Amino acid sequence: MAQIQIKNVAKNFGGYQALHDINLTIEDQEFMVLLGASGCGKTTLLRIVAGLETATTGEVWIGGKRVDHLAPKDRGIAMVFQNYAVFPHLTVFENIGFGLRMQKMSNEEVTRRVERTAGLMHIDQLLKRYSGELSGGQRQRVAVARALAMEPDVILMDEPLSNLDALLRLEMRAELKGVLAESKTTAIYVTHDQVEAMSLADRISVMHQGKIIQAATPIEVYRNPAAKFVAGFIGNPPMNFLDATPAGDGKWTVAGQVVDGPRVNLDRLQFAIRPEDIQLAEQGMSATAKVVEPLGAHLLVTCHVDGTSFRAVLDSDLTVRPGDTLMLSPQPDRVRWFDPETNLAVA
Amino acid sequence: MTDATQLVGNTRSTRKAGRYVYIASVVLLCAWVLVPLYFLLINTLSSPETVNSFPKSFIPEFDLGSLTFFAGFEGMLTALKNSIIVAAITMVLSVLIGAPAGYALSRFDFRGKELFRMLVLLTRAFPLPLLALPLAVLFIRTGLDDTAFGLALVHTTLAIPFAVLITFSLFSGIPIELEEAAWTLGCTRLTAFTKVVLPLILPGITASAIFAFVISWNEVFASAVLTIENRTLPAFLLQTLGEAPLHLKFAGGFILVVPALIFIFAVRKYLFAMWGIANR
Amino acid sequence: MNARLLPYMLILPVTLFLGVFFLYPFVLVAQQAFSGSDGFSMANFRDVFSYWKFPISLKNTLLLAAIVVPVQLALSLLMATMVSKMKKGRDLVLYVWTIPLGISDLAAGIIWLAIFEQSGFLNSMMSGLGVIDQPVNFLSYQHPGVIFLAIALAEIWRATAIMLVIIVAGIGLIPKEYYEAAEVFGASPWKRFTKITLPMLRPSLQTALILRVVLAFEVFAVVAALGGTLMPVLMGEIYAYQFDLLNSNAAAALALVVLALSIAFTVIILRVLRVPKGASI
Repeated sequence: MAQIQIKNVAKNFGGYQALHDINLTIEDQEFMVLLGASGCGKTTLLRIVAGLETATTGEVWIGGKRVDHLAPKDRGIAMVFQNYAVFPHLTVFENIGFGLRMQKMSNEEVTRRVERTAGLMHIDQLLKRYSGELSGGQRQRVAVARALAMEPDVILMDEPLSNLDALLRLEMRAELKGVLAESKTTAIYVTHDQVEAMSLADRISVMHQGKIIQAATPIEVYRNPAAKFVAGFIGNPPMNFLDATPAGDGKWTVAGQVVDGPRVNLDRLQFAIRPEDIQLAEQGMSATAKVVEPLGAHLLVTCHVDGTSFRAVLDSDLTVRPGDTLMLSPQPDRVRWFDPETNLAVA
Repeated sequence: MTDATQLVGNTRSTRKAGRYVYIASVVLLCAWVLVPLYFLLINTLSSPETVNSFPKSFIPEFDLGSLTFFAGFEGMLTALKNSIIVAAITMVLSVLIGAPAGYALSRFDFRGKELFRMLVLLTRAFPLPLLALPLAVLFIRTGLDDTAFGLALVHTTLAIPFAVLITFSLFSGIPIELEEAAWTLGCTRLTAFTKVVLPLILPGITASAIFAFVISWNEVFASAVLTIENRTLPAFLLQTLGEAPLHLKFAGGFILVVPALIFIFAVRKYLFAMWGIANR
Repeated sequence: MNARLLPYMLILPVTLFLGVFFLYPFVLVAQQAFSGSDGFSMANFRDVFSYWKFPISLKNTLLLAAIVVPVQLALSLLMATMVSKMKKGRDLVLYVWTIPLGISDLAAGIIWLAIFEQSGFLNSMMSGLGVIDQPVNFLSYQHPGVIFLAIALAEIWRATAIMLVIIVAGIGLIPKEYYEAAEVFGASPWKRFTKITLPMLRPSLQTALILRVVLAFEVFAVVAALGGTLMPVLMGEIYAYQFDLLNSNAAAALALVVLALSIAFTVIILRVLRVPKGASI
């Protein structure tokens, strides 16, 4: 049982506020992904949980025990590093068994656990090798096996796949998901890759400028972004935004069209729609196609609507040329609204 | 067409000529270093009579007379022993004192770090052997005068900036993640250091120790100022320069050179790495 | 242990050590140099400056540095460039060229003594070629120029290696892309050297020059081995004050002079070769 609680954690690096008052609870056996661009504070937060960094203020609780004053070794965690950190002077076997040896485990137990986790990560053939004789992918496997062998309550991963090439990353991603689900550990996983986040996470915490903007399931983050930042960050291509002015009685004028919207007393709103939730129609918002990119499965059209750049993902059978005028119709139940002042979602 | 071929031919021949000049220069510069050493070798491996005779042969006669004379010269072997003792103490002290600072410089950001770096770098801009003058007085007061340990302290001052900078560059070469990984796997700072960092930098530490040894082994001025009875080999040789026979000088010079040659060979890999980082 | 205190505990030994054996002795030297029979006095400096050997030893030391250091700089730059494009045998050549790094000034003096002394190899060679009938005593008062030359050669032979090492290491840090870019833009090898290597090498050149100039002012054992008392230099005079004249106050005063020279040149080198902020690699 290891629930992680992060309470009011803030971090200040000599005048630079890296984290602002972070509160986050990660349930037992949950796979939590911290997602954000570089410099958003996600790695700092992970390192605070690991004990490699001390929070300026706030508390960290793991499994009902306050740990922020404890050394990393006393927190019941294991960690996988971005550059793997496989010890170059030890064999793969001794790398995986390193933590177990530190716990003064018997030789038989070390061998048993090392062999089991090595089998799990498909590196049982490599146990006698040194780090220098391994490929990047193999090193990655050793790093994960070394963490798993500890049978930790919590496993922390800092961009573990970002140094692998694209194909290998895809393969490892699926494997990691399977192995971690089986191991029943609580996991925090840091990445800047939204696809990785979506595919692995039970919940995603989207971070920006040292704050958690939204913590929710992947589909929730995708469908109902809590803030304009999340809407613009998640999804490739990201959401489109258009200015809307009130037309009274819960109606709003967007690019010359009147659409249903929230009944709020504001003089401006931002209308948001995902490019894939747009169809061509007889009638709709008038758009001028600027760039047409055939991507195989579909057609990505960048156009101008009301003087704003706007993207639509259309059927690949369509023929669209730059300069064409298109009538675009957003799918009504997928439209989201944001307050331009606070940049937060408006229901 | 003919012009073009001629042009190609010309550039080819100039390039070839350039290549010969290049190789010749490399060989010449190697000779510039090696030939004087060879002359010393000839003199060392010749009998005292040959050393003092004229003209010289350019081939050694492999006579151990000079070396035997050297070994039998009053006080010479003691001086050799003193040199080794002083250099060994210097080696141990400079690594033990310098390495922790090198580690601190590579791993921590702390207030005063730049000031500390300046202090260490500053020592290189000062004629350090001069320190021996005031220390001579101080040592007499504390009973350290004319002792191997006292001299080793001064030599350690010479060697410490290098020890700090070499170990700094060595520690910087070990990714901090390796240590962090060890911490998350159940190590304390100390056990992570002994189980992960130390095995990885041991060769480099040895190199830095050897460098300290050579610095002490070669130092003349401070040794001459601070020792009287317990002279080191360079100080003893310096003292006898005026009256000693030639063959004694050459044999002594040879004994001074040999360990240095071996040691520089042993640490050659680290010479460049350490200066690369030390400049930044 | 408190993580904030740890770095200070780690640098404490060096700081203490340098405090006691580096900073404190300098205070002592200064004290000694300015102390006379009744407190503060410039008498020691007056003594030192008015001694007939002072101008000569100052001139010799400066002249030696002025000749040796530029030659070493040029030579080490040449050697470093030669090594940088070497493919085969680079390690061996570098090892041979750095051998003198491990050789003390005293040993270097003795090595060159083997060449220049009366029954030495230079005389043997010259008589073998029939240039001279009788061996010449080069290292005597009749040939001050030869003594100076021998000392300069020994210094160049011995201490070029340290500059070479620093410069080779510095060149190693310059990214290859700069050279490739310059080549694409049509820069000749000489232009590449003056426009890329030299400016990028400034930090290394700084270190190398400071180290060498300071060491050049400390020249002592080479001179003792080759010139004896025939060519006075500052360090030799300090030694003589301390041991032959038993005047340690004067020795301290002269030591301060050497120190002042070293600092002055260090500052000049730092100034001339300073790297503008943000222009480093």
